Amino acid sequence: MTQLALVIDLNVCVGCHACVTSCKQWNTSGAAGPLVDDQPYGADPTGTFFNRVQTFEVGEFPNTQTVHFPKSCLHCEDPPCVPVCPTGASYKRKEDGIVLVDYDKCIGCKYCSWACPYGAREIDEERKVMTKCTLCVDRITDTALPASERKPACVLACPTHARLFGDVHDPESVVSVAIRERGGYALMPEWNTRPANHYLPRRRTELTVHAEDLVRVDNPLKIDGSRPESPQQGPGREDFAT
Amino acid sequence: MNPAFSVVFLTTLIGAGQGLFLALFGAELLGFGADDPGERALLAAGGVVALGFTALGLLASVFHLGRPERGWRAASMWRTSWLSREVIALPAFMGLVFVWSVAHWVGSPATLWIGWLAALACLALFVCTGMVYASIRFLQEWASAFTLVNFTLLGLASGFVLATALAAYAAPEWAGGYGLLAFILTVAGAIGRGLSLQRNARLKPKSTLQSAIGIRHPKIAQRSMGFMGGSFNTREFFHGRPAGFLRQVKWVFLVLAFLIPLLLLALGLVNGAPALLALAFVVQYLGLLAERWYFLAQANHPQNLYYQAVA
Repeated sequence: MTQLALVIDLNVCVGCHACVTSCKQWNTSGAAGPLVDDQPYGADPTGTFFNRVQTFEVGEFPNTQTVHFPKSCLHCEDPPCVPVCPTGASYKRKEDGIVLVDYDKCIGCKYCSWACPYGAREIDEERKVMTKCTLCVDRITDTALPASERKPACVLACPTHARLFGDVHDPESVVSVAIRERGGYALMPEWNTRPANHYLPRRRTELTVHAEDLVRVDNPLKIDGSRPESPQQGPGREDFAT
Repeated sequence: MNPAFSVVFLTTLIGAGQGLFLALFGAELLGFGADDPGERALLAAGGVVALGFTALGLLASVFHLGRPERGWRAASMWRTSWLSREVIALPAFMGLVFVWSVAHWVGSPATLWIGWLAALACLALFVCTGMVYASIRFLQEWASAFTLVNFTLLGLASGFVLATALAAYAAPEWAGGYGLLAFILTVAGAIGRGLSLQRNARLKPKSTLQSAIGIRHPKIAQRSMGFMGGSFNTREFFHGRPAGFLRQVKWVFLVLAFLIPLLLLALGLVNGAPALLALAFVVQYLGLLAERWYFLAQANHPQNLYYQAVA
């Protein structure tokens, strides 16, 4: 069974919000109608978005890390928002595991948003129905597009390639390999919602400098004795490496 | 959570209607209206009052919907959704109370059977209404048996206080019995609510900022939620009032829903003053509005972890 999902690499996300704007652009232009923007130039602008990028500071100054954290619907394998829907408007597609809302059946009771621990759903104040990330279902299934473009808008827009898209049930897919090899994890595992979307953690990048790397043993200037002898003798690390 | 007034009114109004119906049906089981057409007319009139409360509740619930014209669809997912079950139980209860009242009005002999069915629907409605809240496991303040018990006890208490007041005007010999039960139910409601307050005060949130973003570090601070204006997430899940306000509401409802109604019940019954009993119902209902507001506001949604800093 297929379970499409996003894998978001927190190690390379730079918090540019390109995924947010491309998501809004694609989904506001679709057949379901525009996503509301209320007073976009007013004092208190608000609107519907399927994707947000948040920023967290981890650690204490000066040892801090700034973590940009894109957040959208996680397309849980056991989505708590689906069984609570009284009309059946909220559903999980059998064929690809995408959690969707049927905008023609939704009565706007907001009960599903209460039942989502991640706050992934937002009601559209103009259409008065619940909306959420669709994984650009109208795009990834559009055979009129070239195969390379059948990906969610946010994935295509990301300049650092922090967003991977694929089937997490296929062990050989890009996303499964990334989760497996780079410690991909799910959010709020304590609720057993089994999110399909995963996040890849920050990686520690260190440069180790060995003393012998700084001085070349076979430095001709030292061999001919025209310079003082280096305190370090013997073969350098590179002599073993090659 | 940001309490929705439609929900506050829905749950308190139908609770009072359900309690009143059970009080009326209890009197019928004890022989009230068995052979006196005047008493049967009183039962029918009481049924209409109960129906009025539930109808007002239903009306309030309509304001909660973004698309009320599609509300009929809400009955379809009763296999999985407690909200859907509530949507079925409420009209079922209303219909049965209506039939029961009409049966009393026309003097039909089938009222007992209809009454039993309505009482069953009434209990089912209490369970459904409570489970709508208790079944969301992320909202730890709601996810407990106390939610069901308290919705039921508080609905019964306000219904029986109303029955006491109505009986004091229309059938004074029943006011004493009703009053005693109303007193007991109000005390039971106070105990149940007190225990749930105690439980919720000790709750430890299961989700933390660490589990929310999956970074294991003791010191994490949000610097931006991704936007400067509000969104659905900041409006629906935050009541936006200081903790002191919530504490005040708590004391207000403890006094209005329990303490003053108990005093007024005792005074009204001892002095035989129906006006005091009517006042007891009004005061208790106002207290229950505050109680329900507090119940909704107190729930701390885990999604709030993601919305701690504006920027």
